[in-house]
Amino acid sequence: MNTVNTTITSEVGQPEEAVVPISDEKPAETVIEEGKTVGKPFADDPKFKLRDVDVFYGDTRAIKKISLDIGRNEVIAFIGPSGCGKSTFLRCLNRMNDSIDICSVKGSLHLDDHDIYDPKRDVVELRARVGMVFQKPNPFPKSIYDNVAYGPRIHGLANRKSDLDEIVENSLRKAGLWEEVKDRLDANATGMSGGQQQRLCIARAIAVSPEVVLMDEPCSALDPIATAKVEELIAELSESYTIVIVTHSMQQAARVSHRTAYFHLGHLVEVNETNKVFTSPEHELTESYITGRFG
Amino acid sequence: MQPANLLLLTLVLAIVAYWLGYARSRSLAMPLGGIRHLKSLPFYYGARAALWSGIPALIVLGLWAAFQGKVIQLIVIGGLPDGMMPASQGEASLLLSKISNVASGALPPGFAEAPIVDAAERLKALQAQSRLLMSTLVISVAVLAGFLGWLRIRPRLNARAQVESILKWVFFACAALAILTTVGIIFSVAFETFRFFEKVPFTEFFFGSHWSPQTALRADQVASQGAFGMIPLFTGTLLISAIAMIVAVPVGLLSAIYLSEYAGKKVRGVVKPLLEMLAGIPTVVYGFFAALTVAPFISDVAASMGIEASSQSALAAGAVMGIMIIPFVSSLSDDVINAVPQAMRDGSLALGATQSETMKKVIFPAALPGIMGGILLAVSRAIGETMIVVMAAGLAANLTANPLETVTTVTVQIVTLLTGDQEFDSAKTLAAFALGAMLFLATLLLNVIALKIVRKYREQYD
Ligand SMILES: Nc1ncnc2c1ncn2[C@@H]1O[C@H](COP(=O)(O)OP(=O)(O)OP(=O)(O)O)[C@@H](O)[C@H]1O
Ligand SMILES: [Mg+2]
Repeated sequence: MNTVNTTITSEVGQPEEAVVPISDEKPAETVIEEGKTVGKPFADDPKFKLRDVDVFYGDTRAIKKISLDIGRNEVIAFIGPSGCGKSTFLRCLNRMNDSIDICSVKGSLHLDDHDIYDPKRDVVELRARVGMVFQKPNPFPKSIYDNVAYGPRIHGLANRKSDLDEIVENSLRKAGLWEEVKDRLDANATGMSGGQQQRLCIARAIAVSPEVVLMDEPCSALDPIATAKVEELIAELSESYTIVIVTHSMQQAARVSHRTAYFHLGHLVEVNETNKVFTSPEHELTESYITGRFG
Repeated sequence: MQPANLLLLTLVLAIVAYWLGYARSRSLAMPLGGIRHLKSLPFYYGARAALWSGIPALIVLGLWAAFQGKVIQLIVIGGLPDGMMPASQGEASLLLSKISNVASGALPPGFAEAPIVDAAERLKALQAQSRLLMSTLVISVAVLAGFLGWLRIRPRLNARAQVESILKWVFFACAALAILTTVGIIFSVAFETFRFFEKVPFTEFFFGSHWSPQTALRADQVASQGAFGMIPLFTGTLLISAIAMIVAVPVGLLSAIYLSEYAGKKVRGVVKPLLEMLAGIPTVVYGFFAALTVAPFISDVAASMGIEASSQSALAAGAVMGIMIIPFVSSLSDDVINAVPQAMRDGSLALGATQSETMKKVIFPAALPGIMGGILLAVSRAIGETMIVVMAAGLAANLTANPLETVTTVTVQIVTLLTGDQEFDSAKTLAAFALGAMLFLATLLLNVIALKIVRKYREQYD
């Protein structure tokens, strides 16, 4: 397909219509059918089973009838233009949207067949199972040790100091940070480099042994070397965790994920195996977005 | 012309200069092909002309107004016949006030000696002359300087740079005025404190435990020797401040935590302004609330429990002062807690921490230095507070730690020392300056420490 207007990228904050490249033969406006996702959105025995999810900020509908399964030990990448609802959807998975007053979530969201939004559900337990890493590294202004030990302490995961030491060491090792910080565990975490801080946040998240790790653009504040380290880490973690990663970098999505989901204006347009999405996307919007980036 | 009218006239002249300068720069620019051939916009040429006209005129006006009185006085006194020449400063000022009374008609001429009446006439004539001279001088300076400024407008003249540098000096002068005033106050307090220590030994003031600032009014009067030990006053101040902080810190802090972390938008919108309204109540209102409501209540309760309590007590004053300081503590803490980035809260919540765990383990520790700074500022506010203590704590300088007794504070004693008729250079009056200096040093120290802490904390997140 011949595309024009490929230089407009999503970060500029243009109105969404402007982001959609206009093809030669088709009209400018591509109609998205609500609730319809091409590709393979569903899986057998999924970790997350999400059906007809709607998210509202006040009266604004930010997520429009999205259905998706996320498999066990799967790495799934969310891509799409800025403001299309990736973060919003991600934050539904561990109910981080709860702290936004005007945000309301509709639809059915299940984690291992338990309703995430059940009013009786213990959010604390949910978040212990579904950890999260944020776009900007946000270590607490405490020592490196205390940062990692924070979660285990809250959840009473260690009975003795030696247990806690072990958890801290293991988490830091998994995050590939142990060798760099083992001699200064008492140093303040805010004194570390950005890449180290982000890996510390990952260590902090896995210290409570979650089953799922949500990552919202975890590398956007990092340089290429730190990014490579984090990506390596994701590949290792995928052996034992389910990982959902939001990213603006197609290359990153291609490198780390098994499946890729393309969001557009609150719709989930296409979900497929990552190499399929990047080599032969089924939906024209997906193709426009990808080619817009690459070509 | 009166100085005030003259001031208005100068301003009018400056405005005229502005328009003339503006017009001239435009007319100079037109033949060249428009105002873009000027070095600055016409506005700046106008402003430059206005400043040229206004500033010298204002300086002349200011100097004249400041010194004319003194000069006229000297001339009038100098013109008196030899027999009436005043021998001392005091006599001279008496004489002068008599002369000006006659001149203004407050004292009929029949009641004054002939030379005085003459002098009054001379005074009136001199004043009229001076005013005339001043008016001419100021107006001519304004016109002349404005004309010069107007004349020197050239398209290549960088009026903007000139105007901005003049304005920079004007701003600097204003800042300097504030600083000079502060320095002046410090010096005068320091000077009087020094004089106090010439009369009362250093050791007595700092280490004496007895305060009763009585001094003999006349040399032959039999009076008790005054005692100037400041320790009871400082302990009184500390006691009351401590009580105030015991009330204000927990209440202020907890309400700040409630407001910033738990309260919904609506509650916050109502409670926060209400709380801050506490800060707007005049201290004198708090004072009589303390004296007429709280103090009797405390002494009644104490009496019913069989404890003796005086009708004025440190507890009453301290408790009410604490209430007054609550908004201070709460709004400062609220600011600091809100300054802790949302990312910290998210990070903690995402790990499965509850809201109160997040508050206790992440936000509060992160905000603590800032909160400490806020509390120290509140303490210095408590130490300097006067009205409530005057009304509710009493005047007796007791050296006690019992909050049910009456105590007095440094500020209260300064007030009592300086109210009423006082001989200006007695040890009693000077003691007020010494106390003031101590108070100033104490609060200054607290403020410096507090600001340091607060600033250090800010750097952590910026
Ligand atoms: N707290 C909020 N209040 C109101 N509207 C919000 C809020 N957060 C997000 N939105 C809106 O919801 C929509 C989706 O936002 P979201 O942050 O999920 O986008 P995103 O895909 O993560 O974008 P980006 O790639 O820029 O991070 C946007 O239109 C945004 O304006
Ligand atoms: Mg986002």
